[in-house]
Amino acid sequence: MDHEPLILAFCCHYCAYAAADLAGSMRLQYPGNVRVLRLPCTGKLEVNYILAAFERGVDGVIVAGCLEGGCHFLEGNLRARRRVQRARQLLAEIGLEPERLEMFNLSSAEGTRFAEIVTTMVQRIKRLGTSPLRPGAVGSRQMAVGGRWHVVDGMWWPHIPPTTYLNPKP
Amino acid sequence: MIVADRKKVSEIRDMIKAHRRVLLVGCGTCVTVCLAGGEREVGILGSALRMALRLDGHGDATVDECTIERQCEDAFIDVLAQRAPEYDAICSLGCGAGVQALAERFPKMPVYPGLNTQFMGILESQGVWTEKCAGCGNCRLGEFVGVCPITRCAKRMLNGPCGGSQEGKCEVNPDLPCAWQLIYERAGNLGVLDRLEAIVPPHDWSTGLDGGPRKVVREDQCIAGLGPKA
Repeated sequence: MDHEPLILAFCCHYCAYAAADLAGSMRLQYPGNVRVLRLPCTGKLEVNYILAAFERGVDGVIVAGCLEGGCHFLEGNLRARRRVQRARQLLAEIGLEPERLEMFNLSSAEGTRFAEIVTTMVQRIKRLGTSPLRPGAVGSRQMAVGGRWHVVDGMWWPHIPPTTYLNPKP
Repeated sequence: MIVADRKKVSEIRDMIKAHRRVLLVGCGTCVTVCLAGGEREVGILGSALRMALRLDGHGDATVDECTIERQCEDAFIDVLAQRAPEYDAICSLGCGAGVQALAERFPKMPVYPGLNTQFMGILESQGVWTEKCAGCGNCRLGEFVGVCPITRCAKRMLNGPCGGSQEGKCEVNPDLPCAWQLIYERAGNLGVLDRLEAIVPPHDWSTGLDGGPRKVVREDQCIAGLGPKA
């Protein structure tokens, strides 16, 4: 591992985000490699959110939703699980290890479990090594990206125009 | 609608990796509805292809994305005409008709298919599409009480069922309903079982693909000398 791993955690507002908050209140220690991104529900998650994270060079992604049967929106976490499964298939097609992406279920009372999840994922990502898409990662080709991407805080950021839905002019 | 599914990322990557600037073009019609080539899928595939190309040592390639309302109609491709010359190649997420419409519109640009076009069908349940029409050019659904044996019978039998129909399923695949069982049951429900006693004469396949590529012309709608290709 040439860099400390960087892991993005998509956390549901009603469970994992509260659990992360609780872990802090409990003064639990866990690796500082995780960046938490709050979602109103993991059902908000789209496959391209996950791909966009890997494209920018994160080493791993955690999706953390409510316990099955406990979704505030009834079945958002069940939909997220299927989307995570699809994203893992896509990662394998792309040539990245699907193990870099994992979904967990926990309740808002499980601060300890949140710390365990982060610790487990950091250990796993350290074993897998730096993402080959990380800027400057060993094994990645030096990219002459023609000014379309630039590096900010060790991550790739695109200059690509946003996806445009073109309609014919009248 | 026309139903399609996406090719493997590695297959598309290998088709486009010789080009430095590639435009992914989605289609807002059938393939959007069957979740294969609409705006969202174009975004997912664009991201996946950029990563796959980087991992394959083609990090300098540019893959941009856009989606037009309909690829199979030249008037809708007009909006691409200005943007397309900025690219070396196009990868279409339309059906086979869309890919060919783009290829005809841009004669000097390579156009690659991102999808495998499957069939004309319907949404059976969320995420499941099934084939219903073979486009044979000579519709006889009226004779077969609304169930098409040409599309839905593996043997295309017009006087079925065959001996492979077992407990309502086809011998080709135990999950596949026997079209002739469906015809029999529906004819019974409609009280027209006596129709099945008639021997159906052979189908005229010359109206289908066997007669070569087909064309439909509505002369009252044609405007001589006008249109983008005129």
